Amino acid sequence: MLESSAELRELSQAMEPAGADPAALLHARFAGLAVSHNRILRCRGVEGIRIEGEETPTGAKARIRVEPGVQLPGPVHLCFGVLPNEGVQEIISEFDIGEGARVSFLAHCSFPNAEQVRHLMQAHIRVGKGAQMEYAETHYHGPQGGVEVLPVAHITVEQGGSYRSTFKLVEGAAGLVKLDYTAELAEDAVCELDAKVYGKGQDSIVVKETILLNGARSRGLAKTRIVAADRCVSEVIGEVAGNAPFARGHVDCIEILTGPEARASAVPKLQANDQQAKLTHEAAIGSVDKKQIETLMARGLSEAEAVDVVVRGMLR
Amino acid sequence: MLKLEGITLSAGGKAILKDVNLHIRDAEIHSILGANGTGKSTLAAVIMGLSGYQPSAGRILFRGEDITDLPVWERARRGITLAWQEPARFEGLTVAEYLDLARRHGHNGGLSPAECLGKVGLLPERYLQRAVDSTLSGGERRRVELASVLAMRPRLAILDEPDSGIDPLAIENIVDVIRTLSRQGAAVLLITHHEHVAAVADRASSLCGGTILKTGDPAAIARFYRNHCLECLHVNEPRVEEVVGA
Repeated sequence: MLESSAELRELSQAMEPAGADPAALLHARFAGLAVSHNRILRCRGVEGIRIEGEETPTGAKARIRVEPGVQLPGPVHLCFGVLPNEGVQEIISEFDIGEGARVSFLAHCSFPNAEQVRHLMQAHIRVGKGAQMEYAETHYHGPQGGVEVLPVAHITVEQGGSYRSTFKLVEGAAGLVKLDYTAELAEDAVCELDAKVYGKGQDSIVVKETILLNGARSRGLAKTRIVAADRCVSEVIGEVAGNAPFARGHVDCIEILTGPEARASAVPKLQANDQQAKLTHEAAIGSVDKKQIETLMARGLSEAEAVDVVVRGMLR
Repeated sequence: MLKLEGITLSAGGKAILKDVNLHIRDAEIHSILGANGTGKSTLAAVIMGLSGYQPSAGRILFRGEDITDLPVWERARRGITLAWQEPARFEGLTVAEYLDLARRHGHNGGLSPAECLGKVGLLPERYLQRAVDSTLSGGERRRVELASVLAMRPRLAILDEPDSGIDPLAIENIVDVIRTLSRQGAAVLLITHHEHVAAVADRASSLCGGTILKTGDPAAIARFYRNHCLECLHVNEPRVEEVVGA
Protein backbone atom coordinates (compact mmCIF):
# COMPACT_ATOMS: atom_id res chain seq x y z
CA MET A 1 0.00 0.00 0.00
CA LEU A 2 1.38 3.39 -0.91
CA GLU A 3 0.96 6.41 1.30
CA SER A 4 0.83 9.53 -0.69
CA SER A 5 0.00 13.16 -0.74
CA ALA A 6 0.89 15.42 -3.62
CA GLU A 7 3.66 17.01 -1.57
CA LEU A 8 5.07 13.68 -0.44
CA ARG A 9 5.01 12.38 -4.00
CA GLU A 10 6.83 15.50 -5.17
CA LEU A 11 9.45 15.12 -2.43
CA SER A 12 9.95 11.44 -3.13
CA GLN A 13 10.39 12.17 -6.84
CA ALA A 14 13.02 14.76 -5.94
CA MET A 15 14.92 12.00 -4.13
CA GLU A 16 15.37 9.91 -7.27
CA PRO A 17 18.57 11.67 -8.41
CA ALA A 18 20.01 10.86 -4.98
CA GLY A 19 19.45 7.20 -5.73
CA ALA A 20 16.24 6.76 -3.78
CA ASP A 21 13.40 4.49 -4.84
CA PRO A 22 10.27 6.67 -4.53
CA ALA A 23 8.03 3.62 -4.18
CA ALA A 24 10.04 2.41 -1.19
CA LEU A 25 9.85 5.85 0.40
CA LEU A 26 6.07 5.76 0.14
CA HIS A 27 5.42 2.15 0.98
CA ALA A 28 3.61 1.57 4.27
CA ARG A 29 5.62 -1.60 4.88
CA PHE A 30 8.74 0.46 5.56
CA ALA A 31 9.35 2.64 8.55
CA GLY A 32 10.37 6.14 7.66
CA LEU A 33 10.37 9.86 8.09
CA ALA A 34 9.99 12.45 5.35
CA VAL A 35 10.46 16.15 5.96
CA SER A 36 10.00 18.78 3.30
CA HIS A 37 11.43 22.07 4.51
CA ASN A 38 9.70 22.26 7.92
CA ARG A 39 6.73 20.03 7.18
CA ILE A 40 6.64 16.41 8.24
CA LEU A 41 4.98 14.54 5.38
CA ARG A 42 5.52 11.06 6.65
CA CYS A 43 6.35 9.66 10.06
CA ARG A 44 5.82 5.98 10.39
CA GLY A 45 7.18 3.27 12.62
CA VAL A 46 6.74 -0.45 12.32
CA GLU A 47 6.84 -3.13 14.96
CA GLY A 48 9.96 -2.66 17.05
CA ILE A 49 10.73 0.87 15.94
CA ARG A 50 9.08 4.06 17.08
CA ILE A 51 9.49 7.30 15.17
CA GLU A 52 8.25 10.56 16.63
CA GLY A 53 8.40 13.80 14.71
CA GLU A 54 7.69 17.36 15.67
CA GLU A 55 7.68 20.32 13.32
CA THR A 56 9.63 23.42 14.30
CA PRO A 57 9.66 26.86 12.64
CA THR A 58 12.87 25.97 10.79
CA GLY A 59 12.63 22.22 10.38
CA ALA A 60 11.81 19.23 12.53
CA LYS A 61 12.77 17.27 15.59
CA ALA A 62 12.78 13.52 15.39
CA ARG A 63 13.19 10.73 17.91
CA ILE A 64 13.82 7.27 16.59
CA ARG A 65 13.90 4.38 18.98
CA VAL A 66 14.59 0.77 18.08
CA GLU A 67 13.57 -1.72 20.74
CA PRO A 68 16.23 -4.07 22.16
CA GLY A 69 16.76 -7.22 20.18
CA VAL A 70 14.77 -6.04 17.17
CA GLN A 71 16.20 -6.95 13.80
CA LEU A 72 14.46 -5.05 11.04
CA PRO A 73 14.33 -6.92 7.74
CA GLY A 74 14.39 -3.78 5.60
CA PRO A 75 15.90 -0.34 5.92
CA VAL A 76 14.29 2.66 7.54
CA HIS A 77 13.86 5.37 4.93
CA LEU A 78 14.64 8.94 5.89
CA CYS A 79 13.99 11.70 3.42
CA PHE A 80 14.86 15.36 3.83
CA GLY A 81 14.59 18.09 1.27
CA VAL A 82 13.92 21.68 0.42
CA LEU A 83 12.27 21.98 -2.96
CA PRO A 84 12.05 25.79 -3.36
CA ASN A 85 15.20 27.66 -4.31
CA GLU A 86 15.71 29.08 -0.82
CA GLY A 87 15.06 28.21 2.79
CA VAL A 88 16.50 26.78 5.96
CA GLN A 89 15.97 23.22 7.13
CA GLU A 90 17.19 22.28 10.57
CA ILE A 91 16.80 18.66 11.59
CA ILE A 92 17.44 17.76 15.20
CA SER A 93 17.40 14.04 15.72
CA GLU A 94 17.95 11.41 18.37
CA PHE A 95 18.56 7.79 17.54
CA ASP A 96 18.39 5.21 20.26
CA ILE A 97 19.26 1.69 19.18
CA GLY A 98 18.43 -0.83 21.90
CA GLU A 99 20.70 -3.58 23.09
CA GLY A 100 21.26 -6.30 20.49
CA ALA A 101 19.11 -4.58 17.84
CA ARG A 102 20.09 -4.44 14.19
CA VAL A 103 18.93 -1.65 11.94
CA SER A 104 19.95 0.14 8.78
CA PHE A 105 18.90 3.59 7.67
CA LEU A 106 18.80 4.92 4.14
CA ALA A 107 18.76 8.70 4.23
CA HIS A 108 18.24 10.76 1.10
CA CYS A 109 18.61 14.51 1.03
CA SER A 110 17.62 16.47 -2.03
CA PHE A 111 17.88 20.17 -2.82
CA PRO A 112 17.31 20.18 -6.56
CA ASN A 113 16.57 23.88 -7.03
CA ALA A 114 18.73 25.35 -4.31
CA GLU A 115 20.15 28.81 -4.74
CA GLN A 116 20.16 29.79 -1.06
CA VAL A 117 19.40 26.76 1.06
CA ARG A 118 20.86 25.85 4.45
CA HIS A 119 20.51 22.28 5.63
CA LEU A 120 21.56 21.75 9.24
CA MET A 121 21.56 18.36 10.89
CA GLN A 122 22.23 17.75 14.53
CA ALA A 123 22.15 14.12 15.50
CA HIS A 124 22.69 12.28 18.76
CA ILE A 125 23.06 8.59 18.23
CA ARG A 126 23.29 5.87 20.85
CA VAL A 127 24.06 2.35 19.70
CA GLY A 128 23.35 0.02 22.59
CA LYS A 129 25.34 -2.93 23.82
CA GLY A 130 25.89 -5.46 21.02
CA ALA A 131 23.64 -3.51 18.65
CA GLN A 132 24.42 -2.78 15.01
CA MET A 133 23.49 0.36 13.13
CA GLU A 134 24.22 1.32 9.55
CA TYR A 135 23.46 4.78 8.27
CA ALA A 136 23.86 5.59 4.58
CA GLU A 137 23.18 9.19 3.58
CA THR A 138 23.13 10.26 -0.05
CA HIS A 139 22.67 13.82 -1.23
CA TYR A 140 21.50 15.30 -4.47
CA HIS A 141 22.09 19.00 -5.00
CA GLY A 142 21.06 21.02 -8.01
CA PRO A 143 23.58 22.51 -10.40
CA GLN A 144 23.67 26.02 -8.89
CA GLY A 145 25.72 25.10 -5.83
CA GLY A 146 23.60 27.26 -3.55
CA VAL A 147 23.44 24.80 -0.67
CA GLU A 148 25.06 24.82 2.72
CA VAL A 149 25.17 21.39 4.31
CA LEU A 150 26.14 21.46 7.96
CA PRO A 151 25.71 18.06 9.61
CA VAL A 152 26.95 17.47 13.13
CA ALA A 153 26.68 14.06 14.74
CA HIS A 154 27.66 12.71 18.10
CA ILE A 155 27.69 8.96 18.22
CA THR A 156 28.07 6.72 21.24
CA VAL A 157 28.69 3.05 20.64
CA GLU A 158 28.35 0.86 23.68
CA GLN A 159 30.13 -2.38 24.46
CA GLY A 160 30.32 -4.73 21.47
CA GLY A 161 28.15 -2.47 19.34
CA SER A 162 28.90 -1.33 15.84
CA TYR A 163 28.12 1.79 13.85
CA ARG A 164 28.88 2.26 10.17
CA SER A 165 28.01 5.37 8.26
CA THR A 166 28.53 6.62 4.73
CA PHE A 167 27.96 10.18 3.61
CA LYS A 168 27.86 10.59 -0.15
CA LEU A 169 27.53 13.80 -2.12
CA VAL A 170 28.65 13.21 -5.67
CA GLU A 171 25.73 14.43 -7.79
CA GLY A 172 25.14 18.09 -8.50
CA ALA A 173 27.10 20.97 -7.03
CA ALA A 174 28.10 20.29 -3.44
CA GLY A 175 28.07 23.95 -2.34
CA LEU A 176 29.39 24.51 1.16
CA VAL A 177 29.79 21.28 3.13
CA LYS A 178 30.95 21.17 6.73
CA LEU A 179 30.64 17.71 8.14
CA ASP A 180 31.54 17.15 11.76
CA TYR A 181 31.16 13.66 13.25
CA THR A 182 32.43 12.47 16.60
CA ALA A 183 32.16 8.89 17.79
CA GLU A 184 32.92 7.50 21.24
CA LEU A 185 33.47 3.79 21.50
CA ALA A 186 33.22 1.50 24.52
CA GLU A 187 35.04 -1.81 24.76
CA ASP A 188 34.87 -4.11 21.73
CA ALA A 189 32.85 -1.53 19.85
CA VAL A 190 33.41 -0.80 16.16
CA CYS A 191 32.89 2.36 14.17
CA GLU A 192 33.46 3.22 10.53
CA LEU A 193 32.88 6.73 9.22
CA ASP A 194 33.07 7.05 5.46
CA ALA A 195 32.58 10.31 3.54
CA LYS A 196 32.66 10.75 -0.25
CA VAL A 197 32.25 14.15 -1.86
CA TYR A 198 32.70 15.39 -5.42
CA GLY A 199 33.38 19.13 -5.34
CA LYS A 200 33.15 21.33 -8.40
CA GLY A 201 32.95 25.03 -9.26
CA GLN A 202 33.43 27.13 -6.13
CA ASP A 203 32.47 24.34 -3.71
CA SER A 204 34.02 24.33 -0.27
CA ILE A 205 34.27 21.06 1.63
CA VAL A 206 35.38 20.43 5.19
CA VAL A 207 35.17 16.93 6.60
CA LYS A 208 36.01 16.38 10.25
CA GLU A 209 35.78 12.87 11.60
CA THR A 210 36.81 12.08 15.16
CA ILE A 211 36.85 8.66 16.76
CA LEU A 212 37.58 8.25 20.44
CA LEU A 213 38.55 4.69 21.21
CA ASN A 214 37.70 4.68 24.88
CA GLY A 215 37.14 0.97 25.39
CA ALA A 216 39.58 -1.91 25.26
CA ARG A 217 39.77 -3.60 21.84
CA SER A 218 37.57 -0.97 20.24
CA ARG A 219 38.22 -0.34 16.55
CA GLY A 220 37.63 2.71 14.41
CA LEU A 221 38.12 3.78 10.81
CA ALA A 222 37.77 7.34 9.55
CA LYS A 223 37.75 7.19 5.76
CA THR A 224 37.37 10.08 3.33
CA ARG A 225 37.38 10.29 -0.44
CA ILE A 226 37.16 13.70 -2.06
CA VAL A 227 37.50 14.76 -5.66
CA ALA A 228 38.04 18.49 -6.11
CA ALA A 229 37.54 19.93 -9.57
CA ASP A 230 37.57 23.50 -10.90
CA ARG A 231 38.20 25.89 -7.99
CA CYS A 232 36.91 23.61 -5.24
CA VAL A 233 38.68 23.76 -1.88
CA SER A 234 38.65 20.75 0.43
CA GLU A 235 39.98 20.09 3.88
CA VAL A 236 39.91 16.80 5.75
CA ILE A 237 40.60 16.43 9.44
CA GLY A 238 40.69 12.84 10.63
CA GLU A 239 41.28 12.30 14.31
CA VAL A 240 41.62 9.07 16.22
CA ALA A 241 42.45 8.78 19.90
CA GLY A 242 43.47 5.44 21.37
CA ASN A 243 42.50 5.65 25.03
CA ALA A 244 42.41 1.99 25.97
CA PRO A 245 44.44 -1.22 25.61
CA PHE A 246 44.41 -2.87 22.19
CA ALA A 247 42.33 -0.12 20.65
CA ARG A 248 42.94 0.04 16.90
CA GLY A 249 42.31 3.11 14.83
CA HIS A 250 43.01 4.13 11.26
CA VAL A 251 42.58 7.33 9.27
CA ASP A 252 42.38 6.83 5.50
CA CYS A 253 42.12 9.88 3.30
CA ILE A 254 42.42 10.35 -0.45
CA GLU A 255 41.81 13.72 -2.09
CA ILE A 256 42.18 14.02 -5.84
CA LEU A 257 42.54 17.34 -7.61
CA THR A 258 41.29 17.39 -11.17
CA GLY A 259 41.50 21.14 -11.73
CA PRO A 260 44.58 23.39 -11.73
CA GLU A 261 42.92 25.81 -9.32
CA ALA A 262 41.50 23.23 -6.93
CA ARG A 263 43.05 22.97 -3.47
CA ALA A 264 43.13 20.22 -0.87
CA SER A 265 44.57 19.63 2.55
CA ALA A 266 44.56 16.71 4.96
CA VAL A 267 45.27 16.78 8.67
CA PRO A 268 45.41 13.35 10.27
CA LYS A 269 45.72 13.47 14.03
CA LEU A 270 46.54 10.37 16.00
CA GLN A 271 46.76 10.41 19.75
CA ALA A 272 47.67 7.33 21.75
CA ASN A 273 46.93 7.57 25.44
CA ASP A 274 47.54 3.93 26.12
CA GLN A 275 50.76 2.15 25.26
CA GLN A 276 48.87 -0.86 23.89
CA ALA A 277 46.77 1.16 21.50
CA LYS A 278 47.77 1.16 17.85
CA LEU A 279 46.85 3.96 15.47
CA THR A 280 47.76 4.37 11.82
CA HIS A 281 46.97 6.72 8.99
CA GLU A 282 47.40 7.07 5.27
CA ALA A 283 46.71 10.12 3.17
CA ALA A 284 47.21 10.79 -0.50
CA ILE A 285 46.58 14.14 -2.12
CA GLY A 286 47.21 15.09 -5.68
CA SER A 287 46.30 14.19 -9.20
CA VAL A 288 44.89 10.87 -10.28
CA ASP A 289 47.49 8.13 -10.13
CA LYS A 290 49.37 8.04 -13.44
CA LYS A 291 49.58 4.27 -13.52
CA GLN A 292 45.82 3.92 -13.10
CA ILE A 293 45.25 6.31 -15.98
CA GLU A 294 47.77 4.64 -18.26
CA THR A 295 46.39 1.20 -17.45
CA LEU A 296 42.95 2.29 -18.63
CA MET A 297 44.41 4.16 -21.61
CA ALA A 298 46.18 0.95 -22.61
CA ARG A 299 42.70 -0.53 -22.96
CA GLY A 300 41.66 2.28 -25.29
CA LEU A 301 40.09 4.87 -22.97
CA SER A 302 41.01 8.49 -23.60
CA GLU A 303 42.68 10.34 -20.74
CA ALA A 304 39.44 12.12 -19.79
CA GLU A 305 37.49 8.85 -19.85
CA ALA A 306 40.14 7.16 -17.73
CA VAL A 307 40.09 9.95 -15.11
CA ASP A 308 36.30 9.70 -14.99
CA VAL A 309 36.40 5.94 -14.40
CA VAL A 310 38.93 6.31 -11.58
CA VAL A 311 37.05 9.16 -9.93
CA ARG A 312 33.61 7.56 -10.21
CA GLY A 313 34.95 4.31 -8.81
CA MET A 314 36.54 6.03 -5.86
CA LEU A 315 33.37 7.92 -5.01
CA ARG A 316 31.06 4.97 -5.44
CA MET B 1 53.07 -6.23 -37.30
CA LEU B 2 55.56 -4.27 -35.17
CA LYS B 3 58.97 -2.92 -36.09
CA LEU B 4 61.34 -1.13 -33.76
CA GLU B 5 64.04 0.73 -35.66
CA GLY B 6 67.04 2.04 -33.78
CA ILE B 7 65.14 2.74 -30.56
CA THR B 8 67.30 4.53 -28.03
CA LEU B 9 66.15 5.76 -24.64
CA SER B 10 68.12 7.42 -21.89
CA ALA B 11 67.17 8.36 -18.35
CA GLY B 12 69.25 10.35 -15.92
CA GLY B 13 72.13 10.48 -18.37
CA LYS B 14 72.19 6.68 -18.64
CA ALA B 15 71.26 4.78 -21.78
CA ILE B 16 68.53 2.25 -20.95
CA LEU B 17 67.83 1.09 -24.51
CA LYS B 18 70.52 1.32 -27.15
CA ASP B 19 69.69 1.13 -30.83
CA VAL B 20 67.06 -1.59 -30.38
CA ASN B 21 65.90 -3.21 -33.61
CA LEU B 22 63.13 -5.75 -33.34
CA HIS B 23 60.53 -7.19 -35.68
CA ILE B 24 57.41 -8.91 -34.36
CA ARG B 25 55.54 -10.76 -37.08
CA ASP B 26 51.77 -11.12 -37.45
CA ALA B 27 50.27 -13.53 -34.89
CA GLU B 28 53.74 -14.36 -33.64
CA ILE B 29 54.52 -15.17 -30.02
CA HIS B 30 57.86 -13.52 -29.39
CA SER B 31 59.55 -13.82 -26.02
CA ILE B 32 62.17 -11.47 -24.62
CA LEU B 33 64.71 -13.01 -22.30
CA GLY B 34 67.08 -11.00 -20.18
CA ALA B 35 68.33 -10.65 -16.63
CA ASN B 36 66.84 -8.10 -14.23
CA GLY B 37 67.66 -4.55 -15.15
CA THR B 38 68.41 -5.20 -18.81
CA GLY B 39 65.58 -3.00 -20.06
CA LYS B 40 62.77 -5.50 -20.73
CA SER B 41 60.02 -3.56 -18.95
CA THR B 42 61.38 -0.32 -20.40
CA LEU B 43 61.04 -1.82 -23.87
CA ALA B 44 57.41 -2.72 -23.09
CA ALA B 45 56.74 0.84 -21.85
CA VAL B 46 58.30 2.37 -24.96
CA ILE B 47 56.13 0.27 -27.28
CA MET B 48 53.00 1.15 -25.28
CA GLY B 49 53.98 4.82 -25.24
CA LEU B 50 53.87 5.37 -21.48
CA SER B 51 54.78 8.82 -20.23
CA GLY B 52 58.49 9.23 -19.55
CA TYR B 53 59.37 6.56 -22.11
CA GLN B 54 59.64 8.62 -25.28
CA PRO B 55 62.67 7.38 -27.23
CA SER B 56 65.36 9.91 -28.03
CA ALA B 57 66.06 8.20 -31.33
CA GLY B 58 64.46 5.62 -33.59
CA ARG B 59 60.90 4.92 -34.56
CA ILE B 60 58.11 2.44 -33.93
CA LEU B 61 56.09 1.12 -36.84
CA PHE B 62 52.83 -0.71 -36.24
CA ARG B 63 51.17 -2.28 -39.26
CA GLY B 64 53.20 0.06 -41.41
CA GLU B 65 52.22 3.23 -39.51
CA ASP B 66 54.71 5.30 -37.56
CA ILE B 67 53.23 5.42 -34.04
CA THR B 68 56.32 6.80 -32.26
CA ASP B 69 54.56 10.00 -31.25
CA LEU B 70 51.07 8.64 -30.60
CA PRO B 71 49.69 8.70 -27.05
CA VAL B 72 48.91 5.49 -25.19
CA TRP B 73 45.20 5.42 -25.93
CA GLU B 74 45.66 5.94 -29.65
CA ARG B 75 48.08 3.03 -29.76
CA ALA B 76 45.53 0.99 -27.79
CA ARG B 77 42.80 1.87 -30.28
CA ARG B 78 45.04 0.58 -33.03
CA GLY B 79 45.22 -2.71 -31.18
CA ILE B 80 48.24 -2.56 -28.86
CA THR B 81 47.86 -3.28 -25.17
CA LEU B 82 50.03 -4.02 -22.19
CA ALA B 83 49.59 -6.25 -19.16
CA TRP B 84 51.69 -4.75 -16.38
CA GLN B 85 53.85 -6.84 -14.12
CA GLU B 86 52.46 -4.92 -11.14
CA PRO B 87 49.06 -3.72 -12.35
CA ALA B 88 47.31 -0.71 -10.84
CA ARG B 89 44.45 -1.15 -8.38
CA PHE B 90 41.08 0.54 -8.74
CA GLU B 91 38.89 1.34 -5.78
CA GLY B 92 35.20 0.87 -6.49
CA LEU B 93 35.65 -0.77 -9.91
CA THR B 94 34.48 -4.38 -10.12
CA VAL B 95 36.31 -7.04 -12.09
CA ALA B 96 33.25 -7.32 -14.36
CA GLU B 97 33.35 -3.58 -15.08
CA TYR B 98 37.10 -3.60 -15.61
CA LEU B 99 36.86 -6.41 -18.14
CA ASP B 100 33.86 -4.83 -19.81
CA LEU B 101 35.75 -1.54 -20.29
CA ALA B 102 38.49 -3.44 -22.13
CA ARG B 103 35.94 -5.31 -24.21
CA ARG B 104 34.02 -2.17 -25.21
CA HIS B 105 37.15 -0.30 -26.26
CA GLY B 106 38.77 -3.27 -27.95
CA HIS B 107 38.02 -5.05 -31.15
CA ASN B 108 34.86 -6.96 -31.89
CA GLY B 109 34.69 -10.55 -30.84
CA GLY B 110 36.47 -10.35 -27.50
CA LEU B 111 35.49 -12.97 -24.98
CA SER B 112 32.88 -12.17 -22.32
CA PRO B 113 34.15 -11.22 -18.86
CA ALA B 114 33.13 -14.63 -17.50
CA GLU B 115 34.91 -16.46 -20.33
CA CYS B 116 38.04 -14.35 -19.81
CA LEU B 117 38.12 -15.16 -16.10
CA GLY B 118 37.67 -18.84 -16.87
CA LYS B 119 40.68 -18.71 -19.18
CA VAL B 120 42.91 -17.36 -16.41
CA GLY B 121 41.64 -19.90 -13.90
CA LEU B 122 39.45 -17.63 -11.80
CA LEU B 123 35.87 -18.65 -11.06
CA PRO B 124 33.54 -15.97 -12.51
CA GLU B 125 30.98 -16.44 -9.75
CA ARG B 126 33.65 -15.64 -7.17
CA TYR B 127 35.45 -12.83 -8.94
CA LEU B 128 33.16 -10.83 -11.22
CA GLN B 129 31.75 -8.69 -8.44
CA ARG B 130 35.02 -8.30 -6.53
CA ALA B 131 36.71 -4.90 -6.67
CA VAL B 132 39.98 -4.53 -8.59
CA ASP B 133 41.52 -3.12 -5.43
CA SER B 134 43.96 -4.14 -2.74
CA THR B 135 41.69 -6.97 -1.60
CA LEU B 136 42.94 -9.01 -4.58
CA SER B 137 46.25 -10.76 -4.05
CA GLY B 138 49.12 -9.95 -6.40
CA GLY B 139 48.60 -13.20 -8.30
CA GLU B 140 44.85 -12.65 -8.60
CA ARG B 141 45.38 -9.10 -9.83
CA ARG B 142 47.85 -10.27 -12.49
CA ARG B 143 45.39 -12.88 -13.68
CA VAL B 144 42.63 -10.27 -13.89
CA GLU B 145 45.04 -8.16 -15.94
CA LEU B 146 45.53 -11.00 -18.38
CA ALA B 147 41.77 -11.53 -18.52
CA SER B 148 41.32 -7.88 -19.47
CA VAL B 149 43.84 -8.25 -22.29
CA LEU B 150 41.80 -11.20 -23.56
CA ALA B 151 38.60 -9.16 -23.29
CA MET B 152 40.12 -6.43 -25.43
CA ARG B 153 41.13 -8.82 -28.19
CA PRO B 154 44.22 -6.83 -29.18
CA ARG B 155 46.36 -7.11 -32.30
CA LEU B 156 49.52 -6.94 -30.19
CA ALA B 157 49.59 -7.93 -26.53
CA ILE B 158 52.65 -7.03 -24.52
CA LEU B 159 52.78 -9.26 -21.45
CA ASP B 160 55.33 -8.09 -18.89
CA GLU B 161 56.20 -11.09 -16.73
CA PRO B 162 52.62 -12.39 -16.54
CA ASP B 163 53.88 -15.42 -14.60
CA SER B 164 55.51 -13.37 -11.84
CA GLY B 165 54.10 -14.35 -8.46
CA ILE B 166 51.65 -16.81 -9.99
CA ASP B 167 51.02 -20.16 -8.35
CA PRO B 168 53.00 -22.81 -10.31
CA LEU B 169 49.75 -24.73 -10.78
CA ALA B 170 48.30 -21.73 -12.62
CA ILE B 171 51.18 -21.38 -15.06
CA GLU B 172 49.24 -23.56 -17.51
CA ASN B 173 46.50 -20.92 -17.48
CA ILE B 174 49.06 -18.31 -18.54
CA VAL B 175 50.24 -20.50 -21.40
CA ASP B 176 46.61 -21.08 -22.37
CA VAL B 177 45.95 -17.33 -22.46
CA ILE B 178 48.97 -16.76 -24.69
CA ARG B 179 47.82 -19.49 -27.06
CA THR B 180 44.28 -18.10 -27.08
CA LEU B 181 45.58 -14.65 -28.02
CA SER B 182 47.62 -16.18 -30.80
CA ARG B 183 44.62 -18.17 -32.06
CA GLN B 184 42.67 -14.90 -32.13
CA GLY B 185 45.32 -13.59 -34.51
CA ALA B 186 47.17 -11.40 -32.02
CA ALA B 187 50.92 -11.09 -31.85
CA VAL B 188 52.28 -11.50 -28.33
CA LEU B 189 55.43 -9.90 -26.97
CA LEU B 190 56.17 -11.99 -23.93
CA ILE B 191 58.59 -10.94 -21.21
CA THR B 192 59.27 -13.81 -18.86
CA HIS B 193 61.88 -15.59 -16.77
CA HIS B 194 59.88 -18.81 -16.79
CA GLU B 195 61.28 -21.23 -19.35
CA HIS B 196 58.09 -23.28 -19.50
CA VAL B 197 56.16 -20.16 -20.43
CA ALA B 198 58.86 -18.95 -22.83
CA ALA B 199 58.73 -22.28 -24.62
CA VAL B 200 55.35 -21.35 -26.08
CA ALA B 201 57.02 -18.66 -28.22
CA ASP B 202 57.64 -18.96 -31.97
CA ARG B 203 60.78 -16.83 -31.74
CA ALA B 204 62.75 -15.20 -28.96
CA SER B 205 65.22 -12.41 -28.43
CA SER B 206 67.86 -11.93 -25.81
CA LEU B 207 68.17 -8.47 -24.29
CA CYS B 208 71.26 -7.34 -22.41
CA GLY B 209 72.28 -3.86 -21.42
CA GLY B 210 69.43 -2.39 -23.41
CA THR B 211 70.61 -4.08 -26.59
CA ILE B 212 69.13 -7.02 -28.47
CA LEU B 213 71.91 -9.61 -28.58
CA LYS B 214 70.27 -12.41 -30.52
CA THR B 215 66.94 -13.26 -32.08
CA GLY B 216 65.94 -16.72 -33.20
CA ASP B 217 64.68 -20.11 -32.14
CA PRO B 218 63.36 -19.93 -28.53
CA ALA B 219 65.25 -23.03 -27.43
CA ALA B 220 68.52 -21.67 -28.77
CA ILE B 221 67.92 -18.26 -27.20
CA ALA B 222 67.01 -19.93 -23.89
CA ARG B 223 70.29 -21.88 -24.03
CA PHE B 224 72.18 -18.69 -24.80
CA TYR B 225 70.41 -16.96 -21.91
CA ARG B 226 71.24 -19.81 -19.51
CA ASN B 227 74.86 -20.10 -20.59
CA HIS B 228 75.72 -16.43 -20.96
CA CYS B 229 73.26 -14.21 -19.16
CA LEU B 230 72.42 -15.97 -15.91
CA GLU B 231 76.04 -16.14 -14.82
CA CYS B 232 77.15 -12.98 -16.54
CA LEU B 233 79.23 -10.75 -14.30
CA HIS B 234 78.70 -7.67 -16.39
CA VAL B 235 74.94 -7.44 -16.73
CA ASN B 236 73.92 -4.48 -18.83
CA GLU B 237 77.37 -4.12 -20.30
CA PRO B 238 77.57 -6.90 -22.89
CA ARG B 239 80.94 -7.84 -24.22
CA VAL B 240 81.75 -6.72 -27.69
CA GLU B 241 81.89 -10.31 -28.99
CA GLU B 242 78.35 -10.96 -27.73
CA VAL B 243 76.95 -7.98 -29.57
CA VAL B 244 78.94 -8.69 -32.70
CA GLY B 245 77.82 -12.31 -32.63
CA ALA B 246 74.16 -11.35 -32.40
